[in-house]
Amino acid sequence: MSDRIVAISTPPGEGAVGIVRLSGSGVVETVSGFFHPYNKDLPLTLRNNFSLNLGWLLDLEGEKIDEVLVSVMRAPHSYTGEDVVEINCHGGSLAIRRCLKRCLDTGVRLAEPGEFTKRAFLNDRLELSQAEAVIDIIRAKTDRGLKLAVQQLGGRQGQLIADLEEQLLHLNAMLEASLDFPDEVGDLDDAEARRILESCINKIKQLLKAGQRAEVYRDGINMVICGKPNVGKSSLLNALAQKERAIVTDIPGTTRDVIEEYINIRGIPVKIVDTAGIRETEDLVELIGVQKSKEVIENADLVLFMVDFSAGISDEDMDIFAGIPAEKMIVLVNKEDIEDKKISPAELREKFQNMTVIKSSVKMETGLDELEQAVYDLVLGTETMHDGLEIMINLRQKLALQNSLAHMQAALEALGTMPLDCLGVDIWGALERLGELSGKSLKEDIIDRIFHDFCIGK
Amino acid sequence: MIYEAGSYDVVVIGAGHAGCEAALASARMGCQTLLATLSMEGIGLMPCNPSIGGPAKAQLVREIDALGGEMGINIDKANLQMRMINTGKGPAVQSLRAQADKHEYHRELMKTILQQEGLHILMAEIEDIQCQDEQVCAVITRTGARFACQAVVVTSGTYLKGRIIVGDLAYEGGPANQFPSVKLADSLRSMGITLGRFKTGTPPRIDRKSVDFSKMSEQPGDPDVPNFSFITPKANREQLSCYLTYSNKKTHQIVMDNLNRSPLYTGVIKGKGPRYCPSFEDKVVRFAHKESHQLFVEPEGRDTDEMYVQGLNTSLPEDVQMAVLRSIPGLENVRIIRTGYAIEYDYVLPSQLKLSLESKKIAGLFTAGQINGTSGYEEAAAQGLIAGINAALKVKNQPPFILKRSEAYIGVLIDDLISKESDEPYRLLTSRAEYRLLLRQDNADLRLTEMGRSLGLVDDYRWQIYQNKKRQLDSLIELLQKTTYTPADKTIAGYLQKKNSAPIKDRVSLWELLRRPEVNLSDYVEMGLIPPQNPDIMEQLEIQSKYEGYINKQREQVIRFEKMENKLIPADIDYDTVSGLSSEALQRLKQFRPESIGQASRISGITPADINVLLIFLKRKEGIR
Ligand SMILES: Cc1cc2nc3c(=O)[nH]c(=O)nc-3n(C[C@H](O)[C@H](O)[C@H](O)COP(=O)(O)OP(=O)(O)OC[C@H]3O[C@@H](n4cnc5c(N)ncnc54)[C@H](O)[C@@H]3O)c2cc1C
Ligand SMILES: Nc1nc2c(ncn2[C@@H]2O[C@H](COP(=O)(O)OP(=O)(O)O)[C@@H](O)[C@H]2O)c(=O)[nH]1
Repeated sequence: MSDRIVAISTPPGEGAVGIVRLSGSGVVETVSGFFHPYNKDLPLTLRNNFSLNLGWLLDLEGEKIDEVLVSVMRAPHSYTGEDVVEINCHGGSLAIRRCLKRCLDTGVRLAEPGEFTKRAFLNDRLELSQAEAVIDIIRAKTDRGLKLAVQQLGGRQGQLIADLEEQLLHLNAMLEASLDFPDEVGDLDDAEARRILESCINKIKQLLKAGQRAEVYRDGINMVICGKPNVGKSSLLNALAQKERAIVTDIPGTTRDVIEEYINIRGIPVKIVDTAGIRETEDLVELIGVQKSKEVIENADLVLFMVDFSAGISDEDMDIFAGIPAEKMIVLVNKEDIEDKKISPAELREKFQNMTVIKSSVKMETGLDELEQAVYDLVLGTETMHDGLEIMINLRQKLALQNSLAHMQAALEALGTMPLDCLGVDIWGALERLGELSGKSLKEDIIDRIFHDFCIGK
Repeated sequence: MIYEAGSYDVVVIGAGHAGCEAALASARMGCQTLLATLSMEGIGLMPCNPSIGGPAKAQLVREIDALGGEMGINIDKANLQMRMINTGKGPAVQSLRAQADKHEYHRELMKTILQQEGLHILMAEIEDIQCQDEQVCAVITRTGARFACQAVVVTSGTYLKGRIIVGDLAYEGGPANQFPSVKLADSLRSMGITLGRFKTGTPPRIDRKSVDFSKMSEQPGDPDVPNFSFITPKANREQLSCYLTYSNKKTHQIVMDNLNRSPLYTGVIKGKGPRYCPSFEDKVVRFAHKESHQLFVEPEGRDTDEMYVQGLNTSLPEDVQMAVLRSIPGLENVRIIRTGYAIEYDYVLPSQLKLSLESKKIAGLFTAGQINGTSGYEEAAAQGLIAGINAALKVKNQPPFILKRSEAYIGVLIDDLISKESDEPYRLLTSRAEYRLLLRQDNADLRLTEMGRSLGLVDDYRWQIYQNKKRQLDSLIELLQKTTYTPADKTIAGYLQKKNSAPIKDRVSLWELLRRPEVNLSDYVEMGLIPPQNPDIMEQLEIQSKYEGYINKQREQVIRFEKMENKLIPADIDYDTVSGLSSEALQRLKQFRPESIGQASRISGITPADINVLLIFLKRKEGIR
């Protein structure tokens, strides 16, 4: 029995096709759980060794992530000597990452650097003479990984993590001291524990948010412009593209094909999805309710919904509007230069309550700055903009933070209802996961802290 | 003149808490055993606090008991107060603590030792351990008796080159005015064993008749006296109280004014003392903002007026000790019976041991207890038991008995000692155990009795009690799982309503229902849903069901943990031939020589990359063979 591991096995940004590789007992069953082959009668688990299988990858809700090619190699006839599945994604770096995330969601562990090779070796799939080479790979990858992690821990975010560690250590010490030295320390101060947990949860969320922001800058966002024909969608696109004078085409793995436009809004690469389709069919309305449009909107990070002062708001418009999730929508009311407005301010207020509504004239180039600001705010959030955190976290760090957060939340929930020894499981868990960021084990530190923070001794 | 005095399978040096367990285990496993002690009063002597148990330590005592050791049974005979500590903080940390009657403890343990078949006691100082080809072969007493043997267990406690310090007075001595043991340390050194130096201290003892208890608060024992041993029948002994008082600003001023006379601060004491057991002067200096420290006044026995002042461990000069005491409420007119003191002693750096507690260097030489750099009676007894067992197994040519960190606190204790360097005496804490929820005092018998039985330490009487308990547990679980109710059932619905518990939606078993915090087994009994049960059984099952989620989480962690523990590193590995290790890892591995990959990963300075390199090296070696 070997536990299941997964990693992206093509370096990021090298070609449009990326491979996500899994190894370990039961990975065929794992992938079969979210792979939907075109030949429905033959699930992955019944496919032959070394077969290549085409189909769809589904997310947790059963929605399609990407069209993929899946190959199956069962133990012992595989690179690692264990069951191996490789998922070939087409949809660029975003699809690869979503695919990886899907695997992680099923409880598969992210592979350590060099772990596939190590397994191959331990399972006799590599020659003994290759041992040195394997050691080199593992050493190089691990050491480089650690160095990177340590470098990243400098500066503001390093301070934040150090604060977190410090607070969590203190909390751990408080709890443990009350368990090991009940006469001297007494009971855990629940209110203090709650305060610390809440503050830690806040800090972690801040870090994750900052990381997410960096991801936005690195990977960009998907934006869909939708609205009836003639509201000014292509004019807007041209205006934005011209204004920023940066039609990004040299993003690795993408070509400037008809269906994708890249523009740059305040440094964020924005991919405008399916504009060609929208332009050419000229009739998104027809598509509403159809699977295709749902998919486009589903996959978008942001939807720009356009209406037209000269045309008024029709039932058709409201149908489109109803199909867009409110939290990622901006309403743009175009052609405000027109004298004869068919939309009153009162109507706007009533129909688009609690929405970001921006008036513009693409023709006169008004409202475009506000639009850009609104896009920026929606994607990056307004509240954490000035925390000065510029942090690029990799997936491993993100997982460590997320796992630590989950433990803290569980602890907060258990506080006051479960006994302290159970609480200890999660409070220690939170610290242990956090330790993965710096590669430290913090167990001994807790004991040092007990003696440092509390007067103990008989 | 040296003369041949006889021959034994195992010789145990020292009759403290470690030595007594070692000797009893060895004799009970059928080895002819000699137990040597500097004095008969030293048998089971408690030179410091008069208590046994408390967090982590109670778990140790229960584990010793389940394996057929003596400490639990003996303290059940010789206590003057029992209290369950940490109730309400969860089953993993709940722990029993006894105030011991020191004299009775010593007497009862001596009786057991004297009655043990196959065990001879000898009052003598062992001065030399003889080896042949790096294997022990005999011990020699100060008076020249030579006893041939196959294994030696050294449990010399704080006696090795013991030095007593009170103020500016320092002299060679053992604890409690016993003799020190000088030559034995040199004998160990000459075998190539590295010794270090630690220090510890003890408070003054005072005369009960001179204490005004009306100014203190009384701390009685629990009304329903629980036992340590799984086989001690219930008996309610009369309980004595302890008393709580506090130091004050005046006390602290006296300490500060006399720091220049404290050997800790003048540099007379060089050995490193334990942080969890600081001297009173240390506490006053380090926690200067605290205006008072609590002090417990505890009886040392039923037939003595001596009382122990817990929290006032000190090596200040005698006149300062007196002034300090008399500044404390209730002690204004106190008389000292024994002066507090510090003691420095030699110990064996424990990284020189295997997990069996045998020396890596000298075959058949075992060390256990305070000589291994621990402190505490329970830690000593636990090691003594393991060393005694392994000495006997060695004589019988059988593989050693090693408990994992996931099986017992004893495993945590010994693994910590051997894989981690410590610059202070080691004390076990519940926070040192990763799998605390599995290693509870209440289930020590379920964890370990079967192992004790196969070692030959669990007699028929204990075995029967254990099997009986197991049978009852199994049948009650079965009954609870089998008995199910639907939402329509009136009894259950009414009961849940009374308990403010949500009604059930589907058919549930009594076992599933028990997971709810507000539901308990005694209610089931009361409602006639199950027959009356023994309280221990009910407690056990309630813990198992209510904490099932957390317990299962830890079980899963254990599976992963044990995989690494089971990957053994051959004893003859030559680390210099392992390419790819960092230089720090190389040095640490050579120093510690871990027995498994798991143990290696716990040594500080060893990174995951080093562990991978080791795994690959082992694999390659295996391939070549
Ligand atoms: C002053 C003092 C303060 C302490 N304070 C604390 C504390 O605060 N907290 C705590 O947990 N623990 C404390 N302890 C420790 C506790 O008493 C010990 O951990 C425990 O008793 C050790 O048990 P042991 O079996 O290892 O050794 P001991 O109980 O010390 O027994 C050693 C035995 O070895 C015998 N012996 C030694 N050398 C020879 C020889 N050459 N030949 C024959 N026999 C020999 C002695 O006669 C004795 O029987 C203190 C001890 C002392 C002395
Ligand atoms: N007056 C006015 N006309 C505009 C504005 N924006 C676009 N138009 C015009 O509206 C028409 C339709 O625009 P187009 O961008 O093709 O709409 P699409 O079908 O939504 O892509 C064109 O004739 C544009 O010139 C505007 O802000 N004001």
